[in-house]
Amino acid sequence: MTFTLLAILAFAILALCFGALLGYAAIKFKVQSDPLVDQIDQILPQTQCGQCGYPGCRPYAEAIANGDEINKCPPGGDATIKELADLMGVDAKPLDAAHGIEDVKKVAYIREDECIGCTKCIQACPVDAILGAAKHMHTVIIDECTGCDLCVDPCPVDCIDMVPLASSSQTWQWNFENMTVGDIPVKQV
Amino acid sequence: MFADFDLVMEKLATKNLWDFPGGVHPHGYKTLSNTSPIANVSLPEKLYIPVKQHIGVDSELIVNVGDYVKAGQALTQSHSPFAVPIHASSSGKVVDISNHVAAHASGLSEKTVVIELDGLDAQYELHPLLDYTKYEKTDIVEAICQAGISGMGGAGFPTHLKSNSNKPVEFLIINGVECEPYISADDRLMREHAWQIRQGIDVLVHLLAPKQVIIAVEDNKPDALETMSIACQQQENYQVVSIPTKYPAGGEKQLIQVLTSREVPSNGLPIDVGCLMYNVGTCFAIADAIIEGKPLTKRVVTLTGKALNKPQNVWALIGTPVSHLLKHAEYSPTEQTYPRIIMGGPMMGFTLSSVQVPVVKTTNCLLSPSEGELPNIEDERACIRCSACADACPVSLLPQQMFWYSKAKEYETAEEYNLFDCIECGACAYVCPSEIPLVHYYRIAKSEISQQKIEKEKAEKAKIRFETRNDRLLKEKKAREEKHRLAAEARQQAMKSDTNAKDKIAAALARAKAKKAAQHADADTSVVPADTKVDDKKAKIAAAIARASAKKAAAAKKTTQNTSENAPTSTNVNAETPEVKAKNNESESAEDKKKAKIAAAIARAKAKKAKAKETKNNDE
Amino acid sequence: MSKLSVASSPHHHNGRDTGAVMRIVMLACIPGMLAQVWFFGYGVLIQALICISAAVLAEIAIVELRKKNTERIIKDYSAALAGLLLAISIPPLAPWWIAVIGSVFAIVIVKQLYGGLGYNMFNPAMAAYVMLLISFPVQMTSWLPPTTLTEQSFSLWDAIHTIFTGYTSNGYSVEQLRAGVDGITMATPLDHMKTELLQGFTVQEAITADIFNGSNGIGWTQVAIAYLIGGVVLIKAKVINWHIPISMIIGALITASILYMIDSSLFGSPWLHLINGSLIMGAFFIATDPVSAATTNKGRIIFGALIGIWIILIRAWGNYPDAVAFAVILMNMAVPLIDYYTKPRTYGHKVKK
Ligand code: SF4
Ligand code: SF4
Ligand code: SF4
Ligand code: SF4
Repeated sequence: MTFTLLAILAFAILALCFGALLGYAAIKFKVQSDPLVDQIDQILPQTQCGQCGYPGCRPYAEAIANGDEINKCPPGGDATIKELADLMGVDAKPLDAAHGIEDVKKVAYIREDECIGCTKCIQACPVDAILGAAKHMHTVIIDECTGCDLCVDPCPVDCIDMVPLASSSQTWQWNFENMTVGDIPVKQV
Repeated sequence: MFADFDLVMEKLATKNLWDFPGGVHPHGYKTLSNTSPIANVSLPEKLYIPVKQHIGVDSELIVNVGDYVKAGQALTQSHSPFAVPIHASSSGKVVDISNHVAAHASGLSEKTVVIELDGLDAQYELHPLLDYTKYEKTDIVEAICQAGISGMGGAGFPTHLKSNSNKPVEFLIINGVECEPYISADDRLMREHAWQIRQGIDVLVHLLAPKQVIIAVEDNKPDALETMSIACQQQENYQVVSIPTKYPAGGEKQLIQVLTSREVPSNGLPIDVGCLMYNVGTCFAIADAIIEGKPLTKRVVTLTGKALNKPQNVWALIGTPVSHLLKHAEYSPTEQTYPRIIMGGPMMGFTLSSVQVPVVKTTNCLLSPSEGELPNIEDERACIRCSACADACPVSLLPQQMFWYSKAKEYETAEEYNLFDCIECGACAYVCPSEIPLVHYYRIAKSEISQQKIEKEKAEKAKIRFETRNDRLLKEKKAREEKHRLAAEARQQAMKSDTNAKDKIAAALARAKAKKAAQHADADTSVVPADTKVDDKKAKIAAAIARASAKKAAAAKKTTQNTSENAPTSTNVNAETPEVKAKNNESESAEDKKKAKIAAAIARAKAKKAKAKETKNNDE
Repeated sequence: MSKLSVASSPHHHNGRDTGAVMRIVMLACIPGMLAQVWFFGYGVLIQALICISAAVLAEIAIVELRKKNTERIIKDYSAALAGLLLAISIPPLAPWWIAVIGSVFAIVIVKQLYGGLGYNMFNPAMAAYVMLLISFPVQMTSWLPPTTLTEQSFSLWDAIHTIFTGYTSNGYSVEQLRAGVDGITMATPLDHMKTELLQGFTVQEAITADIFNGSNGIGWTQVAIAYLIGGVVLIKAKVINWHIPISMIIGALITASILYMIDSSLFGSPWLHLINGSLIMGAFFIATDPVSAATTNKGRIIFGALIGIWIILIRAWGNYPDAVAFAVILMNMAVPLIDYYTKPRTYGHKVKK
């Protein structure tokens, strides 16, 4: 009996040692990091859409740092929530639908011949992604647009659409599931 | 760390080469296709020539729909050094320039020039640089670029860029290894056109002045080895080397390792270790371009697999749809329960989602395996950590770990295991007893990591723009407040110090009034014709707004059909009236226009109110 | 006309799936088992039958419970192999319930509770063996002497009878069967040595016993060589790499040599350790279990060598005469650590300090 106990003890100690070594390695290779708010802000998608209820990503980052829920950012979706959960050391939860649902990436597109040049959208855009002067047609710089949707409502003539970003073979994610596939129309020889 | 030039030469002389770790030995199946000479294929009805077939920058189209083009005529041009032009492969009329399914695993469409061939195959004028040694090197490089040559072995890197290196080249390696099973395009090319390949090598030697040229051929191609040796025998510093058959010995990095024991640094280029590598097909194309002046419009394609009755090698025009080639090789649908066409070899090729995909510059093989010839990979099982994959990996990665972290989407850890050094050769998945599509997981992980990086960058940019905007707004606000404050102070000062101030202000006001009145009169009487335009525009705007409001209201109505009927009806009426008015506007007077404007404004306001109300109702 | 099928490359496979790998390992056990039958009777065959059936049935039950694709999982032969490895490790005449308990424990607790094949941390057969050894020490150490040394002749029927009832068909108990010509209970060579040493004899005195022929335990030597043959086949067939078995044997030999040089009367010679007991069988068949062993080649060398060292240390100072199972289980725990520190240098990367 004592032997069995000894054996179990020995195993336990060994397991502890290996665990401690691994843990030590994890600590040793850990990188020094920025203040918490910055780190959270890094993770947030910077869409600046305000769907979280705060006027931009940084204010939401501050709110999270002060204990707000991490599942209020629809553009970031589950990936962002997961990262936030890792950072904050809490459990990931599903996106809070009250703030919206995760959607495909979109950008704003102004139907230029309908635009009356009222500059309302410029004032609404949080990242200055719209170009134009008063009474001239406006246009969206696609590369700068975060797809936040904030310019759509103010437009009095409703000429702004949110269009999904076209996927190209460069950005294709190896998703075979929803591919259009043809057949081989060969006549029997 | 690396073998120096002399040691490499010594090893080459004694035929005692190095090796790379891992690798696999799949059955070659080369004899299916390599026994007959390269055949010619009849002209297809139409050619589909994708505008971009290389890595780098897009170029600009210089033909339009309806143009007649001749074989070899350039279709694009660009001033960017990272772009190579494309050419019409035969003569005919450009009937369409639109999106067509591309030669890519995604099966997505890319901009493609469609040429309806007239069957004459009329040639565009050629500009050979026959005596190329007399020309400036830059001219030769330019000629290679203008011939549209990009790497024909794999990724399609523009050839002229590679040939324009300033770093000293010790070894010019000509890759005739062709290690993928089934493919024999380079094999046949070397057997039948060794001389022209040699001419292409000569051009490169003239450009790059390497210390030594190594032509590497796998030892399962004895005929190609012999013809290449004969073609190169007079050239002193050319050596044809037979290397042991092992997949993926033809990978650029692996071949360099086998021949020189040097390793291309991660994120580096072969030239960093004094090597440059060209595919034999590229050499052939260079000879064509320089000596005969012909641009790259056709290439050897292996048609193989047991679902083809006549597997063979053919000269295929760039842009030929795959269906045409399948017909030529007599595809027999009965051989496949699940039709499957692979562009490229069985290890690294991709399956096609349509037979309308055109042959492009990098297409070396079309493989159509019969049922049971290539296993239909079953569902994966759990990884048993047997490390067969790690033993097979030519890059000494730990595929099972990368798989684990890729699948768990722990991409950072996957990157720590050097995910991006994976050359996607497929050796690991080939041996995995659990039949895990390992490479597929890596590809997903890689594309997602790249995507995330792009998004992070975008987010960073957005953050900066957001912050600068906020700063700007803040500054503007402060400036405005400051101005107001100063103005107020000034006013007070003035009032205090100057007793006449009130009078002065009164006088100024009166002046201003008078001026305004005068202007008003002007506008009302004489300037009417000049103003019509402006008013017209205003009316249009009003109309547009009204239209939009109506639309919004309608949309709102749609969503809330069960709510109060009054509001939407009234908006509709109100919204339509100004529209009618706006339409008749042209013939009416300025007064009416004003009315229309007002009406529109009312409509707008009402529509907005209605909408707000309805959304409110909706919320309740 | 059906649609074109699309998939990611490679579209090729060498055709050797998990089931094939496991089957090869099972086949490679055959020479060793034949030798066991020759020297120790038919017991091992019956144990193999019991263990494999019990393991497979347990696997089916659990997999059904977990609602997985049963056919596919059974076809990977991993349960069968675990059963077989347990069968060749336990004494050939151990009672049937030992075999059943061990197999079920191996599959249900060690393997499936951790998530099934690929997720288990410990080698199922060895964990089960250790559990049995601790729980049922008597049954688990009742090894028969080689048939050439026993009094009773011993048929297949006797073996079956003994395993299921505890007595041979004509009423002998296992204890009686274990008696040698002189009527003294015989043990395994390592057992015998351990007892003798504990009683103050020297190694040289211990190996004068009947079961020894020089340093070679009768029967045990031949069995070890037969397993060695099977192991070489495995390496040739590229089912296992040489790293673990070779480093394990070398690790054991070196440790044993050092001890032997320190005091040759207290510690057995390296050869004695090598050829008696299950060192060789363990080196080729047990420690190489892919799931629970180290995965990098460098790591495998460390893993193997440490197992070898542990075996000798436990044999020298531990309470158990043979120590393969303990050593393997011990090192299974260290695998994540070993793997972490033995990542190979990737092509084009500098060597890390
Ligand atoms: S353009 Fe519109 S959608 Fe895009 S960032 Fe600006 S406000 Fe948001
Ligand atoms: S809000 Fe609409 S109408 Fe006004 S400038 Fe922007 S796009 Fe043009
Ligand atoms: S070959 Fe397959 S089963 Fe084996 S370790 Fe690699 S991924 Fe896992
Ligand atoms: S695909 Fe990548 S991980 Fe797999 S063997 Fe090739 S290089 Fe190694």
